[in-house]
Amino acid sequence: MKSGKFWAWITFILGAAYFFIPLIATMEFSMRMKRGEYSFEAYRVVLGDPRFQESFTFSVVAAVFTIILGVLLVVPTAYWIRLRLPQLRPVVEFVTLLPLVIPAIVIVFGYIRMYGSNSPLPFLSSDIGTSALLVIGYATLALPYMYRAVDTGLRTIDVRTLTEAAQILGAGWTTIISRVILPNVLIAVLSGAFLTFAIVIGEFTIASLLNRPAFGPYLQNIGANRAYEPAALAIIAFVITWGCMSIIQVLSRFAPKSANRPN
Amino acid sequence: MPPGFFLKRRAGMTDISLSGPAAAGKTLPPAQARATRLPTQWLGVAPFIIFALMFLILPTLYLILGAFQNADGVFTLENIVELAQPTIRAAYWISIKVSVASSLLGAFIGLAIAIAIVRGGLPNWTRSATLTFSGVASQFAGVPLAFAFLATLGRLGLVTVLLRSVGFDLYQHGFNVLSFWGLTLTYLYFQIPLMVVIITPAIDGIRKEWGEAAATLGATQWQYWRMVVIPVIWPSFLGTVILLFANSFGAIATAYALTGSSLNIVPIVLYAQIRGDVLHNANLGYAIAFGMIFITGLANIFYIWFRTRSERWLK
Repeated sequence: MKSGKFWAWITFILGAAYFFIPLIATMEFSMRMKRGEYSFEAYRVVLGDPRFQESFTFSVVAAVFTIILGVLLVVPTAYWIRLRLPQLRPVVEFVTLLPLVIPAIVIVFGYIRMYGSNSPLPFLSSDIGTSALLVIGYATLALPYMYRAVDTGLRTIDVRTLTEAAQILGAGWTTIISRVILPNVLIAVLSGAFLTFAIVIGEFTIASLLNRPAFGPYLQNIGANRAYEPAALAIIAFVITWGCMSIIQVLSRFAPKSANRPN
Repeated sequence: MPPGFFLKRRAGMTDISLSGPAAAGKTLPPAQARATRLPTQWLGVAPFIIFALMFLILPTLYLILGAFQNADGVFTLENIVELAQPTIRAAYWISIKVSVASSLLGAFIGLAIAIAIVRGGLPNWTRSATLTFSGVASQFAGVPLAFAFLATLGRLGLVTVLLRSVGFDLYQHGFNVLSFWGLTLTYLYFQIPLMVVIITPAIDGIRKEWGEAAATLGATQWQYWRMVVIPVIWPSFLGTVILLFANSFGAIATAYALTGSSLNIVPIVLYAQIRGDVLHNANLGYAIAFGMIFITGLANIFYIWFRTRSERWLK
């Protein structure tokens, strides 16, 4: 067993090296903007760039809309499948996994051809329509993660009893979903939301092909034209991803563990 | 009407009477009650179904149909044949190579790391640190990842410069971050952590008792691995390999930001085609998209096939 432990350490240390060296290198590179000294000049330049602020704001807004759309779409569906149509579960699960099989670039290609200005549903003929299509595309990308998160959350509550209790008290379907089910799976929904945020904030393919002024295309543009700013942006992006994942971890501590409450 | 039909119906009724919108329809004859209930049942999933059809399934079908038509909408296999032209074939080939290499390497390295942190007798903090970091790194893809690797292994990257200062020039030894190995090495940065995140629970599922039981029965370490551990983690391992494959096969942002268009993988060719019809044949563009779905779909069919086989064998 001694040699096993030795190899475990070797594996761990090599893995850690592979994952930390690029971060250290990027950090170091991002601080080299001023000749002969380390400084945060690149960060100052990036954060002060109005295009950074605009594109970042655009992507944050797009992410928020994506999360809202995702929740509106997934929570009622997952709830209804659990309550009434369990026979449909395999179909819905299959559909939610499709975005992992069909590449984003193919999905957006389909959008461009189906929803062009000459089509019956000309999303692409207006600015707001294109942005809506971007949000829709993002919601599709996030579907596998959102559905899984919400479905796991629903597993920990007794959907049927809660529904019947609410109905006895005279609640309609909207009330049940928004005031009974949603609060009970809020932690799961928030986890899905932050994961969606992490995926969407720097997304490049869809935003670029739909010509949206989003953060992803801005990053790509900076990468093609500047030397030190991209490294600074990579660190910023890493910190954002880290932040989202930490929030999810903290949230998971609040998640109800008593899945099988005796009721 | 079969005997017991009414009984069953009644049982069904009481079962859902409270939560059912058809509670008021109790007095109706069964056939009518069903007629009024069925549509409302399906209404609950209608928004999802419509969304999935409009924004996931139909756009994909549109491209697939387009791949089998010429410009006049007549059925043809010409576009599929056209995929064999050298540039496109080369693009598919390099995409497949990068995806296979990064998914297999990512899977085995990820598995090794997962086994090390779960079974290796390392202190507890290594496990939580690895899992936390993997959660982050598995989502750290796209353009920023390309920047990070350019800053590390690019011509002016830290590692390149450090190695050169000790007398080893990576780039004179044939390495280039804008190449097959460069891209594979970069993709591993999200592939390995994804494997770790997915496979760790599967390895947790291997009980210590199984090893003891196997040892009691006289199994060697190798037999224990071959007959107990590998069959148990095999389905989730294989599933993750497929996921990793699809993950890198469809990825474009990292490659595009890293290599511009100097490394022509399929998504980059398709990207250029969507932007400006560089192939001068819209339907050929559909065929490229179809080819991508075909390959990721095929990988999934293999996965399902392997999985049912291994499950049958496990029983």
